[in-house]
Amino acid sequence: MAYLDHAATTPMLDEALEAYVATAREVGNASSLHAAGRRARRRVEESREQVAAVLGARPSEVIFTGGGTESDNLAVKGIFWARRSARPDRRRVVSSAVEHHAVLDAVDWLSQHEGAEVGWLPVDAVGRLDPQTLRAELAAHADQVAVVTAMWANNEVGTVQPVAELAAVAAEHGVPFHTDAIQAVGQVPVDFGASGVAALTVTGHKLGGPTGVGALLLARDVPATPLLHGGGQERDIRSGTLDTAGIVAFAVAVETAVKGQQEYAARVAALRDDLIERVRQAVPEVIYNGDPTDRLPGNAHFSFPGCEGDALLLLLDAQGIACSTGSACSAGVAQPSHVLLAMGADDDRARSSLRFTLGHTSTQADIDALIAALPAAVDRARRAAALRTPR
Amino acid sequence: MRVLAAMSGGVDSAVAAARAVAAGYDVTGVHLALARNPQTYRTGARGCCTLEDSRDARRAADVIGIPFYVWDMADRFHEDVVDDFVAEYAAGRTPNPCLRCNEKIKFAAVLDRAVALGFDAVVTGHHARLGADGLLRRSVDLAKDQSYVLAVLTREQLDRSIFPLGDSTKAQVRAEAAERGLAVADKPDSHDICFIADGDTRGFLAGRLGEAPGEVVDASTGAVVGSHSGAYAYTVGQRRGLHLDRPAPDGRPRYVLSITPKTNTVTVGPAEALDVSDVHAVRPVWTGGARPDAPVECEVQLRAHGDVVPATVALDGDRLHAELRRPVRGVAAGQAVVAYRPDPAGDVVLGSATITG
Ligand SMILES: Cc1ncc(COP(=O)(O)O)c(C=O)c1O
Repeated sequence: MAYLDHAATTPMLDEALEAYVATAREVGNASSLHAAGRRARRRVEESREQVAAVLGARPSEVIFTGGGTESDNLAVKGIFWARRSARPDRRRVVSSAVEHHAVLDAVDWLSQHEGAEVGWLPVDAVGRLDPQTLRAELAAHADQVAVVTAMWANNEVGTVQPVAELAAVAAEHGVPFHTDAIQAVGQVPVDFGASGVAALTVTGHKLGGPTGVGALLLARDVPATPLLHGGGQERDIRSGTLDTAGIVAFAVAVETAVKGQQEYAARVAALRDDLIERVRQAVPEVIYNGDPTDRLPGNAHFSFPGCEGDALLLLLDAQGIACSTGSACSAGVAQPSHVLLAMGADDDRARSSLRFTLGHTSTQADIDALIAALPAAVDRARRAAALRTPR
Repeated sequence: MRVLAAMSGGVDSAVAAARAVAAGYDVTGVHLALARNPQTYRTGARGCCTLEDSRDARRAADVIGIPFYVWDMADRFHEDVVDDFVAEYAAGRTPNPCLRCNEKIKFAAVLDRAVALGFDAVVTGHHARLGADGLLRRSVDLAKDQSYVLAVLTREQLDRSIFPLGDSTKAQVRAEAAERGLAVADKPDSHDICFIADGDTRGFLAGRLGEAPGEVVDASTGAVVGSHSGAYAYTVGQRRGLHLDRPAPDGRPRYVLSITPKTNTVTVGPAEALDVSDVHAVRPVWTGGARPDAPVECEVQLRAHGDVVPATVALDGDRLHAELRRPVRGVAAGQAVVAYRPDPAGDVVLGSATITG
């Protein structure tokens, strides 16, 4: 099988898996007072320091969570609630049009159920935010803004955002800035402290750690109302018995990924560039989506004019090639990607898209397999699409 | 052979897919998303288009061990089946949406896409037989037989269809599903119309066509005997729900004899007035052998699960005429007339056409 969907989830690193298994054999609740509890607590705190160290944060800024979706929800809703309760007229959320659903739907929920007003920041044709649009938004509304959220790198088209510039604009206006850095950590340099953001989401399963564990890095002076109430284990902002084995493996994966980032990015980007070159040769009319330079090293994203992404995916899957259409499954039916639409693509182009993402286990053979299967698949998908009645 | 199994989430299509695998085909499962807004469709056990059905289909595909995808056919379904359903009622006819879905969606849009993607045929869980001789026959389970709603398929469509269940009874299919570990084994059958969430066809039509109050007229006297809020909501042969103000002079029950959209009138009369011996129909398809030049002695069925009567059927260009040996009550325009040749190995579908009167 050629697995070209590392942005969906990537295999666990051996180091992380071993750390997981070794820790999972040990008993102990990190909140217990006896020796077994203290041992678990020590593992958690060591992991916290490990994560903090490689991501440029202080240990007290690391809040372990049940993954990226939870961290995003905690940041967006938690900061919104806390800042609105301090000042009831502060109920505006500023977000980008290309966020992952974990942010997008949290923002939508606030607008539908909590009376939030939303300022959506547009992107350009390569999916990039312009700090000037944030500047204009905040110049007009800074007093009412509870939180700004904009991702570090886009999960579909791989575009890397000018996060430090955006964070600086938010800081000028004293508004907390959250970034979903799930796709960025381990792929591009990410330093929480140096970036100037107030909150940052990271998750395990996109960087070689386990699924269902992640963290929100949250600056000490940024208030957040909890989503989950209970034992208050994480700074009283997040409750739930700590997943010691998951946290240990997560920390190992974060450390390995961040320390190996440069070497990884160079190797994977070279493979990715080869993939792009050969896809272009095989299917000359492809459209390459996303920012050509400020981009995740493992991401290649194309529109195949005249094809439906769904059909291509099926055909490639039958040849053992795993990729993604990037379209979110809304109510069971694939919708055209909101990211592509925000970049100005029309419905047809959005629906004709496929994402190939490389990762730490990718090899030249994966790309060879893709290129061997692609032309015939495009041919067939085109014939199938020609049958479609125009919308 | 690469085949595409249409999986509704019900027990029949799951077993059909499993049997296709057992028969040595390279099978891919597809669930058709037909609802624009799945929440409004029938939930759970009764329908075939809800999210729960989609999950059931996916789970069945996992157990069978085949790839599985969801295909969005909502736009096509709405144009070709739902809108057609409404337009037919508005024109005073009584459509059969399952038949239309087979004709336009499952064995047209889906089949064409499958063929373009390199599949050789479509597998469905319909209860009908389609053997090596290429003839479509009734299922061995006459109570579940679906040959009527498949009789609209052309030769080309049948040649690319596989119906693995025709030799089994529904009970056997359920037992096999249980043996194969398919959780849908005891899922209740779907009936009614999948896109009418509460089963209230009249309400659905009223929502789409608006209220249109009019008169109910007695056929023999011409007297107005009641009122209605939309002639489209009636079906020829219908007795219940007429809400007549006055009983008939002879005290006998009255039935809908005809619907006249032009004047928005529903005409009622006694049961005998419903008797029909001549059936006229259009757009014939003939798959049970060569298209006949001379009239054919056969049997005809005039609605799903309706009685079967001996008849002489003649084709003339785009028309079909069936002369019934004995009169049939309540023949509705818009339904199909299906001609069968009795056969001990399963009655053979000869052809079909759409009834005009
Ligand atoms: C950008 C982005 N945000 C959020 C998520 C959700 O994270 P998780 O799967 O850990 O809940 C993902 C991945 O699914 C992602 O790519």
